[in-house]
Amino acid sequence: MYSQILRLWMAVLLLWMPLLAFAAADLEINTPAIGSLKTTMQQRHDQLAGHYASGAVGLTRNGLVAVRDATLVPLAQRQAVNGLVAAENQDRQALYREIARANGHPEWEDEIRATFAQRWVQKAASGWWYQNQSGVWVRK
Amino acid sequence: MRTLPMAMAVLLAATVSACVTINIYFPAAAAEKAADKIIDEVWQLKKSGDAPAPAKPDEQK
Repeated sequence: MYSQILRLWMAVLLLWMPLLAFAAADLEINTPAIGSLKTTMQQRHDQLAGHYASGAVGLTRNGLVAVRDATLVPLAQRQAVNGLVAAENQDRQALYREIARANGHPEWEDEIRATFAQRWVQKAASGWWYQNQSGVWVRK
Repeated sequence: MRTLPMAMAVLLAATVSACVTINIYFPAAAAEKAADKIIDEVWQLKKSGDAPAPAKPDEQK
């Protein structure tokens, strides 16, 4: 009886191994929804890049973007920049949500957002502004 | 001598639930990799191909 249970226990452990390996594999990011979000964000980036460089727009600590200093934008363009920032944030939120969903774990959204928040800053060009952990704007 | 099999059964249940828990853990390394891939595309930091080109600042001036 004892050895039988022990054997069963070992078998269960072995059966779980592939699942553990699967958990360590890549995240699914090749869905149509994620693809189209990437495309629109890529196109928008052409318009946003200059504002990152000027410091008008910065990367927030929660994985989004924000107008940091509107005075750096000519008055006539401010409305447009606000629109760009709002649209970008909408896409970013959707992106984090979609990645979590595509991997069958909607509850991962916040952790995915936190991961992105770090990586955006890591990959930002020098001179761009980002929020540190305490929410203070820092120039990279 | 009924307690031993009982204890084993409990241990078995605990092991299985631990495995399930592990599977639900957030895969931080995989997420980082996925984020890097998406950011590279959105910010066009790398032209197709996997040569790790130095991150070039996007056309500022």
